[in-house]
Amino acid sequence: MIKEYKTIREIASPLMVVEHVEGVTYDELGEIELPNGEVRRCKVLEVEGDRAVVQLFESAQGINLAESKVRFLGHPQQLAVSEDMLGRVFNGMGMPIDGGPAILADAHMDINGLPMNPAARAYPAEFIQTGVSTIDGLNTLVRGQKLPIFSGSGLPHAALAAQIARQARVLGDNETFAVVFAAIGITFEESEYFINDFRRTGAIDRTVVFSNLANDPAVERIATPRVALTAAEYLAFEKDMQVLVILTDITNYAEALREVSAAKKEVPGRRGYPGYLYTDLATLYERAGRRQGKKGSITMIPILTMPEDDKTHPIPDLTGYITEGQIILSRDLHRKGIVPPVDVLPSLSRLKDKGIGEGKTREDHSGTMNQLFAAYSRGKDAKELMTILGEAALSEDDKLFAKFADEFEKRYVSQGNTTNRSIEETLDLGWDLLKILPRRELKRIKPEFIEKYLPEA
Amino acid sequence: MSGTITKVSGPLVVAEGLADANVSDVVRVGTQRLIGEILNMTGDKASIQVYEETSGLGPGAAVVTTGMPMSVELGPGMLDNIYDGIQRPLPEMRALSGDSITRGTDVPALNREKKWDFVPVAKPGDKVRTGDVLGTVQETSAILHKIMVPHGVAGEVVSVESGEHVVTDVIAVVRDDKGKEHELTMLQRWPVRIARPYERKYVPSRPMNSGQRIIDTLFPIAKGGTAAVPGPFGSGKTVVQHQLAKWSDVDIVIYIGCGERGNEMTDVLMEFPELNDPRNGEPLMKRTVLIANTSDMPVAAREASIYTGITIAEYFRDMGYDVAVLADSTSRWAEALREMSGRLEEMPGEEGYPAYLASRLAQFYERAGVVECLGSDERQGSVTAIGAVSPPGGDISEPVSQATMRIVKVFWALDSSLAYARHFPAINWLTSYSLYLDTLAPWYTEQFGEGYMLNRTKTMHILQEESELQEIVRLVGQDALSPADRLTMETAKMIREDFLQQNAFVDEDAYSSYAKQYRLLGMVLTYDELCREALDKGADMNALFAIDAREKIGRAKMADPDAFEAAYDEIEAQMKKEIEEVIAGGEDA
Repeated sequence: MIKEYKTIREIASPLMVVEHVEGVTYDELGEIELPNGEVRRCKVLEVEGDRAVVQLFESAQGINLAESKVRFLGHPQQLAVSEDMLGRVFNGMGMPIDGGPAILADAHMDINGLPMNPAARAYPAEFIQTGVSTIDGLNTLVRGQKLPIFSGSGLPHAALAAQIARQARVLGDNETFAVVFAAIGITFEESEYFINDFRRTGAIDRTVVFSNLANDPAVERIATPRVALTAAEYLAFEKDMQVLVILTDITNYAEALREVSAAKKEVPGRRGYPGYLYTDLATLYERAGRRQGKKGSITMIPILTMPEDDKTHPIPDLTGYITEGQIILSRDLHRKGIVPPVDVLPSLSRLKDKGIGEGKTREDHSGTMNQLFAAYSRGKDAKELMTILGEAALSEDDKLFAKFADEFEKRYVSQGNTTNRSIEETLDLGWDLLKILPRRELKRIKPEFIEKYLPEA
Repeated sequence: MSGTITKVSGPLVVAEGLADANVSDVVRVGTQRLIGEILNMTGDKASIQVYEETSGLGPGAAVVTTGMPMSVELGPGMLDNIYDGIQRPLPEMRALSGDSITRGTDVPALNREKKWDFVPVAKPGDKVRTGDVLGTVQETSAILHKIMVPHGVAGEVVSVESGEHVVTDVIAVVRDDKGKEHELTMLQRWPVRIARPYERKYVPSRPMNSGQRIIDTLFPIAKGGTAAVPGPFGSGKTVVQHQLAKWSDVDIVIYIGCGERGNEMTDVLMEFPELNDPRNGEPLMKRTVLIANTSDMPVAAREASIYTGITIAEYFRDMGYDVAVLADSTSRWAEALREMSGRLEEMPGEEGYPAYLASRLAQFYERAGVVECLGSDERQGSVTAIGAVSPPGGDISEPVSQATMRIVKVFWALDSSLAYARHFPAINWLTSYSLYLDTLAPWYTEQFGEGYMLNRTKTMHILQEESELQEIVRLVGQDALSPADRLTMETAKMIREDFLQQNAFVDEDAYSSYAKQYRLLGMVLTYDELCREALDKGADMNALFAIDAREKIGRAKMADPDAFEAAYDEIEAQMKKEIEEVIAGGEDA
């Protein structure tokens, strides 16, 4: 028997205090029934004696202290999951908003999930071909990886993420594929961009959309990625699907977290974000991965816009410490008209080494990758020197490196949003660019590969 | 003794009715018997940090104290194993509760059923004291586990067993001078927050060979020393830690994954059994204990994981072994401390960290050292502590980095600009330091002659000079430099690319012996020396820079670790010949 309380003592959105409660537990889900019959949701943040502090997921508007009723449901927030979720659209709390029928639940899962036992993880090692050279060739994505896109306001991260979702595939494999897309506080237009792209390519039937748009309650955003990841876990580990999760935009998520933290009067950490931001983000990101003995996997691409393009801002900074690399977009490259404007030097995929090489991509992959990085880095240095001192100040070698850097950006990085390059094309293009450099500088590549792959000048 | 919960706020639980409990006692909370630890007491109210997720816990639930402080179980069965932050074995938890970590799982740290072949060393009638070896167990193919007389026991051995036993069997009985008989097992317990005692401590004087050229040659660490690896994300902290765990010439490695990625622990779990120790050919996992509190695991256990790790390390040290503790990352540990401190509503210090951050860090690092162990045989053991630091935004002016720098003796500063250029390990040679150089120099000199340290000094000098020359080049271009300075720039480039850069993912290069490091650096410096002489004789600078041997030096680090000597002799001979030809060519012209 669920008790109803009419003892709301205090509301300071998004927090609410309920008194004289009994048997209420931490993290429990509650419902608030307004005098007009409307039902809103909340969860318990703290309980002390007979006093519970709860967090509202929606606005507090219209809640009346005397007349509103609160029920505690005896369990944390759950999501009704089923394979029928594919092709459907839900709100940020997991309720259908596409006019379709309610989901006939196969199971109810706690949206907070459980930490994965490291001894149960399977190491991600299967190469995913995204068709984007800067990712496949230099920052290789593997199945089960979490690889965020660090972007800035006005940069085309949506186009890149949609391109990856469209083109990603594992070579020689025909397992079931699904996309879980969580819109976290983004605009209707941005959300529609993704959904239209999924629709156009037919991927929409394999996609589950969770949508919390910019005008939806901010606090609900704290639940949205968790709801999405719960759906992803169900599809991946119960239904053996290869799931790609796109979370956009994590910056909005962190801001919602800050809002709640401030309301709770917690001691703030850097820039007002709560001290547990790292742990909190980790409980999202770490839900990506593979498990031993399970066919499915969760590959995650969170997108975040760096405030002021600052990589040291707490959101990208803490994200970078948790995720397995990052793809960074550059405003300079964007201005130059390079599409996608991936800044390859600070970008990184930590799991690439196990996913590339003979039998996975090609034997020369690792060496050429390092060589391209090193050469581009030196080329950029040379170009910088050239802007100060003029071309004459460069040595012959440095001139070649500067030329290499230009060509690299123009041909390798700038491939457009519709070109889908195979890994062989990407690697061969890399060799074609290395041809510009003196052969003795190719120290990072084994001599036998130079013999085999370097095209004649 | 049982109390009742009055408040739950995340990992912090307050319970009343615990007047008889002690501060630091381990308690079991709620019907799920979650594990927690008492932090503070006010009257009969205890503030408890719970090491597991507290969702579903509410006022009224029972709290039971165990009357014991947070302790670890010590004995055979720890090696080749992976534990969570409070020493629960993860593979067994998985067998019990599936792929996810469920709450209230109660698994003993040491397997109670496995039989170990106990070989007695002590005989009935022997006088023994704390730390004396009673017998041994071949725990893994690599490590002989010594069963020692536990703390507080001394007297005469009454009986001693041999043969197959489980860890809880009595393997010896010791009668103390009051006539009391102590039944001893292979299992001991030790509270994690208290350092294990030793006879005396020494100043470290032997280097820990890591096989990493920049570490061994430029910034060496001593066995029993302390080091920090700070760096922004993506600069390769974890790879450096993994390399040290793989190649360090210690007997035991304790790897603490503290608030880091789950896949990194999986990587170690999968890779280490496949890799063999270059010294004895045994799989590396046979000498390794992993402690994993990944970032999605409960934050309170993160705080405990560091202590769990170092206590296990001290236990192996007490057997007379050299142990390395690698903690990745101490920043996450400090953040766990901050989180609990905030929930306790303590007055925050700098950046919200508690005021006792620095003293806690110092206590951890101070548990490293070279010691003479307890026991009659005067054996020596060491614990080397190496902590990764993850400063926000890579800015080491923050409290955790600063507090760490005040304690540790070696500082390997990772640099993101080196990492972007894929110069790995991205240890910056200008900002890193080792304070063990003076104490270790005699060892290097004894092993390799004066040359080793001279080479080091020369190398550091060239690198330093390069950074000054670069300033000039940036202003006026390199044509303004004299040929001698150009040569310095060229040699520095060779040092950086051909010596310091080391690829952890290529078998031939991942580990460099001292001999190989010495020869490789020697070769680069010989080139510098010969070219300098040649320049004095008027040789053409560009011709000197373009000799064919240069490319071979560039690839020399990839030489077969077992047969590099001959290859290096050949390259050196070729280099000398070509430089002489350039000189001769210059004279002809």
